[in-house]
Amino acid sequence: MSNIESQTIAYVRDTMIPEQAPPLTESGAIKWLRENLFSGWFNTVLTLLSLAVIWWSLAAIGPWLVNTVWNAGSLSECRRILDGTEGACFAVINDRWHQLLFGFYPSDLYWRPVLALVLLFVALAPILFTGLPRKMLWFSAAYPFVAYHLLWGGSVWLPISALLGFVAGGVAFVLVRKINGLAAIFASVLAPVFWWLVVAGPFDDAMSSVLPLGLDFVRSDRFGGFLISLVIGVTGISLSLPLGILLALGRQSDMVFVKSVCVIFIEFIRGVPLITLLFTASLLLNYFLPPGTSFDLILRVIIMVTLFAAAYMAEVIRGGLAALPKGQYEAADALGLDYWKAQRLIIMPQALKISIPGIVNTFIGLFKDTTLVVFIGLLDPVGLSNAIRASTDWQGIYWELFIFIGALFFIFCFGISRYSMYLERKLKTDHK
Amino acid sequence: MTEPVIEIPTDRQIDTSQMKVSDEVAIQITDMNKWFGSFHVLRDINMTVNQGERIVVCGPSGSGKSTLIRCINRLEEHQSGQIIVDGTELTGDLKNIDKVRSEVGMVFQHFNLFPHLTILENCTLAPIWVRKTPKKEAEEIAMHFLEKVKIPEQALKFPGQLSGGQQQRVAIARSLCMKPRIMLFDEPTSALDPEMIKEVLDTMIALAEEGMTMICVTHEMGFAQAVANRVIFMDQGQIVEQNEPREFFNNPKSDRTKLFLSQILGH
Repeated sequence: MSNIESQTIAYVRDTMIPEQAPPLTESGAIKWLRENLFSGWFNTVLTLLSLAVIWWSLAAIGPWLVNTVWNAGSLSECRRILDGTEGACFAVINDRWHQLLFGFYPSDLYWRPVLALVLLFVALAPILFTGLPRKMLWFSAAYPFVAYHLLWGGSVWLPISALLGFVAGGVAFVLVRKINGLAAIFASVLAPVFWWLVVAGPFDDAMSSVLPLGLDFVRSDRFGGFLISLVIGVTGISLSLPLGILLALGRQSDMVFVKSVCVIFIEFIRGVPLITLLFTASLLLNYFLPPGTSFDLILRVIIMVTLFAAAYMAEVIRGGLAALPKGQYEAADALGLDYWKAQRLIIMPQALKISIPGIVNTFIGLFKDTTLVVFIGLLDPVGLSNAIRASTDWQGIYWELFIFIGALFFIFCFGISRYSMYLERKLKTDHK
Repeated sequence: MTEPVIEIPTDRQIDTSQMKVSDEVAIQITDMNKWFGSFHVLRDINMTVNQGERIVVCGPSGSGKSTLIRCINRLEEHQSGQIIVDGTELTGDLKNIDKVRSEVGMVFQHFNLFPHLTILENCTLAPIWVRKTPKKEAEEIAMHFLEKVKIPEQALKFPGQLSGGQQQRVAIARSLCMKPRIMLFDEPTSALDPEMIKEVLDTMIALAEEGMTMICVTHEMGFAQAVANRVIFMDQGQIVEQNEPREFFNNPKSDRTKLFLSQILGH
């Protein structure tokens, strides 16, 4: 039938139409405006309303921001310079930035936290970007000890002997694994504990007397400002992920004991406000510890923040695990991979990839929650803003300090969020 | 009864010279029972598979045929009786299970390729981590089998970029990379479009021609006719009938088998 039709309405094109530019209303800025801002009466009203709000905010804040005083010794001096006009007094940042960043860390030693921060990025680089040489990961592994030594100082042998404990664990694992897998796990736990409890002390003393190397010791109560947020945040983030993975796996385990411990832990932590845990860390923990032991407050806070984030992390990762089809487990089993290999090579890479948004959410939440330590007397940036306001020079200044603190947190959190989007794009292999 | 017309799923002549059944026992299943909760899925299964046999297991859905072959590599646990694979008895002992699994390859209905790894990485993963093969050697082996299933050019792509038939052929290659002595196929073509079924069956026929011991759960009766030396019919968790394919299709004994064949062969 179609054959006949095509014969009766035969047609042959003899000239081809060249490509032409679209009409003005269908291209460029005008098209974009029409499609996105003025596509209908409702959209048009919203656009105009938004413009009005933006204009109103800028008109209110703009002059205040533009008319900033950067150099002044006190708020009253600021006001004198402003002479009755509206204006911000960021001179307080100029005057006290070192406190907001470092707390009461000795000013001649500022290079140490700065160097620790720079090295942090070096240590993170090979973890965040797989294109970098894998050998750099050795530095990442050693970084916690380097950073500890830079920040707190003291004898160099303390972090080294702590590090050697982990090395002892690794060596024990490799040696015993040839005999028995389960025994190797016990050996890898017992060896470092033995090292730290028995050998580390004498080793530390002996080495310190032979070769007394080290940096000036800085006490924890000198720490403050953004330094403390970063120390707690970075440690909490890097510890809560592995702990969260273990908890998530434990919760899915067939072993009743392991499973119940994980479930109880997760549900308990999730059911209690972080601030309660922090008060527990600062006050109650002393009652439980043997008398005479001084347990660093920052360390206690780090432990609490880590446990708190780990419980949330575990649930986020459990969501990722639940999203994986059962076939992935079966395929891994059928190929003869044991539980840990299957988890490491097949299950976790996929589950973590699915959970990236949730994991990053938890990271950012944890980082911002570090400001809660102000309530137990640690001087994080928010705590310091109170301290700065308490001085006669800067009594009554609010906005400038909070804008600065907010901006600092924003830079880090936005950076984390951007990285996670990059990671999601990079790991996208399903080509949907 | 007229002889049913069964279409053989390949255009070429099948080379049967290597298809030899040896006396060596590959799988021995004795009085095996399995329950899912209180549901008795497999009942008194007795079955011996010799090295080099090509067995097709068929039956209506829910008859336990998938469960049966999943018991052979312990994806499912049996509750009584004995399964001995290549001289190793399957018990709760994890070492034995891993040993059996590394000798028995399995191909799934939904391919179950690892979507986060390339085709090549899918194929080298188990040899590297289970067999401790050096990476370079594992890649050579992988390329060899990818050529065998006729998709070496896809090696660096991800599973999501391949068609269903190609993915299933990769899954076959992935299993072969472990150099298994036995291959299990769990409805390998059921999730495929008709034009892709043929390429997968062709790959399986080529595998049979090399003398691989195979147990296939499938509804592809043409495949059974062409390469199987034995067809097993299951219903309600029991082996109802087994015979060599010609007899099985032309002269089924039990009424249940007759009914099943008449439904799937569609006279």
